[in-house]
Amino acid sequence: MDTRKEKFPYGIPGHNLSEIEREIPIEEPPVWPINDKLKIIGKRVNRIDAVDKVTGKAKYTSDMKLPGMLYAKMLRSKVPHAAIKSIDISEAKSLAGVHAIYLIENTQKEGEEKNNGKFPMVKYVGQPLGGVAADSLEIAKDAISLIKVNYEEKPFVIDLEAAMEMDAPIVFDVPITRQADGGDVGEVHDGSKGQGNVRGPSTSSFFGGPRGDLEQGFNEADIIVEKTYRTQVQTHMPLETHGVVVDWRPDMMMVYASTQNTNAVRNEMASIFGLPKSKVRVVCDFMGGGFGAKHSAGSFGPMAANLSKKTGRPVWLMMDRQEEHIAEGNRPNSIQYLKIGAKKNGTLTAIQQRSHGTAGVGLGAGVGRIAQVLYPCPNFATEQYDVLTNAGPGAAWRAPGNVQGAFGLEQAIDEMAEKLNMDPLKYRDLIDKSEVRKIERQRGAKLFNWSRRQPAGSGKGLVKKGLGVGQSTWPRFVTLDSSVEVKIHNDGGVEIRSSVQDIGTGTKTILAQVVAEELGLQVNDITVNIGDTFFPVGPGSGGSVVTGSITPPTRNAAFEAKTALLKLVAKKWETDSSELFIENGQVGSKKDANLKMPFKEATKLMRTSQISKIASRSDDYGGFQQPWGLAYGDLGSVQFAEVSVNTDTGFVKVDKIVAAHSCGRPLNIGQLESQINGGVIQGISYALYENRIMDTGTGHMMNANVDQYKVPYSMEIPEIETLIVEEYSALSSTDAYGIGEPANIATAAAVANAVYNAIGVRLHEIPITPSSILKALNKVS
Amino acid sequence: MNKFSWYEATSIEDALQQVNKTVSEELYQSTNNAAVFKSGGIDVFDWVKEGLINPQKIINIRNIPGLDVISYDAKDGLRIGSNVTLAEMASNSDIKNHYLALHQAINHAATPQLRNMSTLGGNIAQRNRCWYFRSADHQCFRKSGDRCFARHSETGENENHAIIDNGSCVSLHASSISTALMAFNASVVIVNSKGEKKKVLMDDFFVSAGQDIAMETILQAKEIITEIVLPAPSKNTKSYYIKQVARESYDWSLGDVAVVIETSGDTCKSASIVLGAAAPVPYRSVQAQQAMEKKSINNTNAMAAAEAAMSVARPLSKNGYKVPLFKSIISEAILKIT
Repeated sequence: MDTRKEKFPYGIPGHNLSEIEREIPIEEPPVWPINDKLKIIGKRVNRIDAVDKVTGKAKYTSDMKLPGMLYAKMLRSKVPHAAIKSIDISEAKSLAGVHAIYLIENTQKEGEEKNNGKFPMVKYVGQPLGGVAADSLEIAKDAISLIKVNYEEKPFVIDLEAAMEMDAPIVFDVPITRQADGGDVGEVHDGSKGQGNVRGPSTSSFFGGPRGDLEQGFNEADIIVEKTYRTQVQTHMPLETHGVVVDWRPDMMMVYASTQNTNAVRNEMASIFGLPKSKVRVVCDFMGGGFGAKHSAGSFGPMAANLSKKTGRPVWLMMDRQEEHIAEGNRPNSIQYLKIGAKKNGTLTAIQQRSHGTAGVGLGAGVGRIAQVLYPCPNFATEQYDVLTNAGPGAAWRAPGNVQGAFGLEQAIDEMAEKLNMDPLKYRDLIDKSEVRKIERQRGAKLFNWSRRQPAGSGKGLVKKGLGVGQSTWPRFVTLDSSVEVKIHNDGGVEIRSSVQDIGTGTKTILAQVVAEELGLQVNDITVNIGDTFFPVGPGSGGSVVTGSITPPTRNAAFEAKTALLKLVAKKWETDSSELFIENGQVGSKKDANLKMPFKEATKLMRTSQISKIASRSDDYGGFQQPWGLAYGDLGSVQFAEVSVNTDTGFVKVDKIVAAHSCGRPLNIGQLESQINGGVIQGISYALYENRIMDTGTGHMMNANVDQYKVPYSMEIPEIETLIVEEYSALSSTDAYGIGEPANIATAAAVANAVYNAIGVRLHEIPITPSSILKALNKVS
Repeated sequence: MNKFSWYEATSIEDALQQVNKTVSEELYQSTNNAAVFKSGGIDVFDWVKEGLINPQKIINIRNIPGLDVISYDAKDGLRIGSNVTLAEMASNSDIKNHYLALHQAINHAATPQLRNMSTLGGNIAQRNRCWYFRSADHQCFRKSGDRCFARHSETGENENHAIIDNGSCVSLHASSISTALMAFNASVVIVNSKGEKKKVLMDDFFVSAGQDIAMETILQAKEIITEIVLPAPSKNTKSYYIKQVARESYDWSLGDVAVVIETSGDTCKSASIVLGAAAPVPYRSVQAQQAMEKKSINNTNAMAAAEAAMSVARPLSKNGYKVPLFKSIISEAILKIT
């Protein structure tokens, strides 16, 4: 590979910005300076689809209407654990307007007990059993209610701790491998080890396994914090539920999907139905939220395809809100035991972590890597157990595991600071080696006015104020299988194509920004056609990988297309293309100021009607930590919370959050702020409101709606100030990373630490509710 | 969802001619030929959508003329037509000026969108929000089933449920506006198909689960609420209402209280104190009223009244927090009367 050397900006402006020399592939574009010197990158650029979204012009999957389209509804189990003796569809079949009924048959897959029956074993309320396609959704629903399922019910277990008991009903009596949909990035949980419903443990991550010697570490400690923290099950509740419209034509399967991974859905559907990838097309133009639960085709994808195949018509199959809550994913709960040792001077000597959590009938209920990597500590070990229960399977949920893990660790660190008689922020200065978080603490504390913080519980009056802080880290992942096509058309139009979808964070807009910056054009000169598997394969929207994976090849492809175009201009002007540039829509020459040509005119020089360049993600400059795409550095954040707690009613209000974040080179400040706001709001929601409530006697979720499953509305959302720290690492042609997950990790811990500071009693469990506050204050007899 | 026909009632007589069931009767024992009332439609359509009732006919009483008037007279008091929306009540200056606690209750009810749709008649006649009662998968006593799921000491999810009068049913009445109405000694005017009119005190309008497990009000199928009337408050009457929630934007009450006190200087001449979200129907706390009567309105007496109110509380496995919560809001509401 031919390379050249370039000097890159390196470090944090206003702190330690310097230069670093990197060897880069010769075909890649020259170094971008820091954002101050760029025109479009790092600025507040309006979303290119903002008007379409707010005017309702944007068409989501659930809006799809195709000629002859049928509406489908899933048949779901009403009991938590059973064998199915029979299913009677006779009445449903004869209902006018019903076109097809498809029942899921027993394929005796791995993870199922010996079952000679025709149908799979039922393992949770809401498990899909079949589906109906009809002329209208109402008819499909009526048909479902006419289907009679004859169950042979079995004992079941819903509660995490009850499931851990030796005599608990067994959910699966065989090894299982089913991972939570999307899972924790890079983590595979082992469902073959363990006893009864308790599987695992998993003891390592891609950052390695245990370190040092725990016993020795605790022996060296002067102070020990030993606590158990608990988190609840949280369901995703995206505004747009899961679903697809499948049109299985003779020549091709067309899938319109509400998905954060068009490519994965394409591959899954092709594999399930034995079709070549080229015969399955998945399209997602607009996404109404996924938060991690929409990586796969689910059970609804194959169901809609089977019904489409049976009827020869397109089939619409979107989940309703109840189905969404009970069957389409959740963040597993956790019980985390943490033991931390430190010397009198604060130096950490040992961290021990043991967690149990349930992702229902799936695996993937760990608590992530936060305790492993946030603070360097020579002696560390974790054991993370999956507990199987008769509940809907978990799915990846915005920083899977790590949000739970941060809630535990960042409270334990606060407790340690208290025992050391140190300010929690100063204590983190002592034990945290991250340069970017140091700056975030400094700038954040100033913005938040941290110095006004009073000792815990010292406030007077009924309503007590409290301030708290929480930190997080998230790896810089890159999906190497990320490709994009940039086309310059001979009418002056520029087009970006990739299968990468815009989950709603503004991917379309940043791609347009990158190309506009490179081509010297404006953002609205660029057309972005993405979310379609007929285009080059892009990354899934998970792990906060999208920006870091797809913007470098996008810039590289634009650069290559520009180079090809400038060669044509150079030929006409009889000069060398290296002297030419494009600025403000004009091709110009560095040598001759009189040479000028509008971009549009330049495209008329093309011999073919377009210049098309496809680029794929190259390796990071300087390589990776792990060759599969784990980059150097991390995405650090520090969040500050201010709360008010009414000690008589237990009512908690978050008054203010300051969220300090880094994501390499920021691309669009407005969109970053939006994502951070979203992450913070979801974090507050996790800390105070959301909770899947299951009746352990019937196995049903009692609040599977938007009324009783509480999320924050306008009055629950505090003032949120974001603070974005630019950090240059010289790793790619854009040096940019995502923010989706980091924005959500530290909030609940910061809120819990603030609640402690307010009332002087620590709550080790979320959600924090009036009930739990009054109990903590010993006001409930 | 089964198909139903739609009947546009043009008069009270017309509506009463058409109706044959209350929603409650249908919920308890469903038939195939029910014709039920719909005013704002908030509650009745929830039941239809959940598949818990399948009426054959929906009788729209929302457009019956003459039921949408609010009038106030210094001597006779306030009359509110049953089709008046909560939003209309919220912006009514007579209610704000003379019945502050009611004004406060309305402004904390549901959401602005729901207040635009909901009518007062429907609001006071709606069924409770117990999630077991509202689940098609749980056949509780209120739906002619054989148990109360919420009451179960180990499996019952009863954090939001009743702490008073929680015998055969532990649900909470859903109308927090009724808390204030009852405190103002409001009456419900009901007309039957024979054209007979009766005026029933709110205290007698609601039916406890022990009296009739199928019903929450005395309303019969062939009856319609035409208006709610509130006596004129005396010159020295003051009121206050507090609804405690976990989420301020929109939430069901964890506990609410309306206090109406006739004062004489800083002394309470007589008190009307009603608790919402405490019992299956709005609960008049005679204990708190007695504790305040002829007493000065001060911190000690307000606390004593709150303690007295909670002396009858018998919390369930997960709602013990409601006792201190009620003590707090009851005493605070009393102290606002000065």
